[in-house]
Amino acid sequence: MPYNLKEVVKKQNRLVSGHRMCAGCGAPVTINAVLRALKEEDNAVVAAATGCLEVSTCIYPYTSWKNVSFIHSAFECASATLSGVETAYNSLKKQGKLSKDKETKFIAFGGDGGTLDIGLQSLSGAMERRHNITYVCYDNGAYMNTGTQRSSSTPHFADTTTSPAGKVTQGKVQPRKDLTEIMVKHNLPYVAQTALFGNLKDIYEKAEKAIYTDGPTYISAFSPCPRGWGYPTEDLAVISKLAVETCFWPLYEIENGVYKVTYKPAKKLPVEEFLKTQKRFKHLFKEENKDLIDEIQKEVDKKWDYLLMMEEVTNKQKED
Amino acid sequence: MSIRERLSGNEAVATAMKQINPDVVAAYPITPSTEIPQYFSNFVANGSVTTEFVPVESEHSAISACIGASAAGSRVMSATSSQGLALMFEMLYIASGLRLPIVLIVANRALSAPINIHNDHSDSMGVRDAGFIQLYCENNQEAYDNTVMAVKIAEKAKLPVMVCYDGFITSHSVENITLMENEEIQKFVGTYKPEEYLLDEKRNISMGPLDLQKYYYEHRKDIADAMRDAKDIIKEVSEEFAKVTGRKYELYEKYKLDDAEIGIVVLNSTAGTAKDVVDSLREKNIKAGLLKPRAFRPLPYNEIPNELKHLKALAILDKSDSVNGYCGPLFSEITSAMYSSNVHVNTVNYIYGLGGFDVKTDDILEVYNNLQNIAKTGKVDKTTYYLELEDGGEK
Repeated sequence: MPYNLKEVVKKQNRLVSGHRMCAGCGAPVTINAVLRALKEEDNAVVAAATGCLEVSTCIYPYTSWKNVSFIHSAFECASATLSGVETAYNSLKKQGKLSKDKETKFIAFGGDGGTLDIGLQSLSGAMERRHNITYVCYDNGAYMNTGTQRSSSTPHFADTTTSPAGKVTQGKVQPRKDLTEIMVKHNLPYVAQTALFGNLKDIYEKAEKAIYTDGPTYISAFSPCPRGWGYPTEDLAVISKLAVETCFWPLYEIENGVYKVTYKPAKKLPVEEFLKTQKRFKHLFKEENKDLIDEIQKEVDKKWDYLLMMEEVTNKQKED
Repeated sequence: MSIRERLSGNEAVATAMKQINPDVVAAYPITPSTEIPQYFSNFVANGSVTTEFVPVESEHSAISACIGASAAGSRVMSATSSQGLALMFEMLYIASGLRLPIVLIVANRALSAPINIHNDHSDSMGVRDAGFIQLYCENNQEAYDNTVMAVKIAEKAKLPVMVCYDGFITSHSVENITLMENEEIQKFVGTYKPEEYLLDEKRNISMGPLDLQKYYYEHRKDIADAMRDAKDIIKEVSEEFAKVTGRKYELYEKYKLDDAEIGIVVLNSTAGTAKDVVDSLREKNIKAGLLKPRAFRPLPYNEIPNELKHLKALAILDKSDSVNGYCGPLFSEITSAMYSSNVHVNTVNYIYGLGGFDVKTDDILEVYNNLQNIAKTGKVDKTTYYLELEDGGEK
């Protein structure tokens, strides 16, 4: 059945209202978009790393997690924790202690801090052990729960509370860590990068592939943060769209090593169209910092060219 | 019918784990507990267990995977030592906080720095407040028996359990040991039936919430209450175990203590050495005795002072140091319990055997000699000694 947003939103909600995520935050929209890809009849266990999502969605004695089981243990180990849940499932299923005809899926959510930084070892280990889990990083490019400290996913030159724009340095001095590529190098059957774009077809289809691919899968989802990035809450969709249209956040997937760029802008916009929407890049628009925007543009172009090249090369290899 | 065998401590514990046949084992190698995941993965590879084994990339992930697997509703075990246990630190509190009955085998080893692979109790004493029940074992038989009982104690108390025995001294020494039959163990541990778990097909649950001030305090008190209640659970399970095996276990073991005038309190394998010294002193009509705690968590805070109150002098031996400028943890806790029970006995503390520094019968004899002197004079010149590092107890 072709994707139809009106039909898809009729599916049961698994993260329901009452949670305390900020208005204009990308994370809950991302989570719901991912969980909608579950088949209605399937159950899931969700694991969350410590972070905004976890502290806002499960405040005792309440929970916003419905029609899934949910577990939070600590910051750096959502992957290891979920790998234990998945192993228990396999063990109990094998012993006939769980119904044969009921299927449970295993999905972890972590922010970029809990995924690219402190959770990297746990994630790498779980992926290498080939647990049948899907890990989704909702990437807002900083430690937002503690008040916007830089992470290894913070974009080059972004202003954060631990990489402030000052007189000597202009925001984060290092470019981003590219975890999506690191996940590709774990030889996963499916890796994707997505965003809240258009009618949410991109994220839905990628989540569906990830959840229903046998083996470990990884999704990196662009997840704007109004407080940390400095934008009006209603601009969530606009900022996501500009990230994609400027190729600052390219949409692509890698299925068994074969790259596919899932959206190619008809006209690639200059990166400053994206940068100028957020206070974290405000200092780059001073006259003396113009070269920094040029540097970001070069990095964006380089990654975009790399993806197009990988798409061509890996598809050709596949044909051969 | 019991089976007579000759096994090392690690082999004995791995054998118990095989016979228990848990649903999930997640573990990471670290000396001296490494043999456990080795033996166990062999059992898995050869089909002698139905357990799923998770060869994780760190101890942090070992305990995290155990937490996930236990929360999912399965019976879970692991093993570690030293730095591995230290790396697990934050997750140990989460295991007990989520009330997960994980059984964690600890082959006790010193903590770095300097790095040292040999035995002392710095590792398990370092995590004594993590909400784990801690059972200490003198020899291979006790390590085996406590491993079997730990499963049942954990599941009844809804608290995780550490089974602690001395690295190398116990883990690698081969001793005669009596094993239970597989069927006996299966009958004893029974089927694990958790009340609330993630994979319950009848309802979904959320675990690991954020607790604000009011609920956090209440939930932490629940854990403290569970630990208090665990004392009776340990007794019950031990009585049940005695009925099956004939081997009796209490919260602590007394050795020639009831009519003793001088006594020592000591954990694990050193108790074996000390019992020999007690025997030799008794031959000379010196009334020496010994108390060996089995449960350190929960602490038998009422019972132990009561057993010690008739002594004229007491030494508490610590194979770890609190580095508090004062004493070791066993001394601190037992003298505190004595104080609150209005028991006053002249008591000294001996730190001993750190990093596997060998403890011989002569060294223990030195402790008893000091106690005889204290008993005679009624005077305690010094509270804390470092056994074998001081000449005649003074330096």
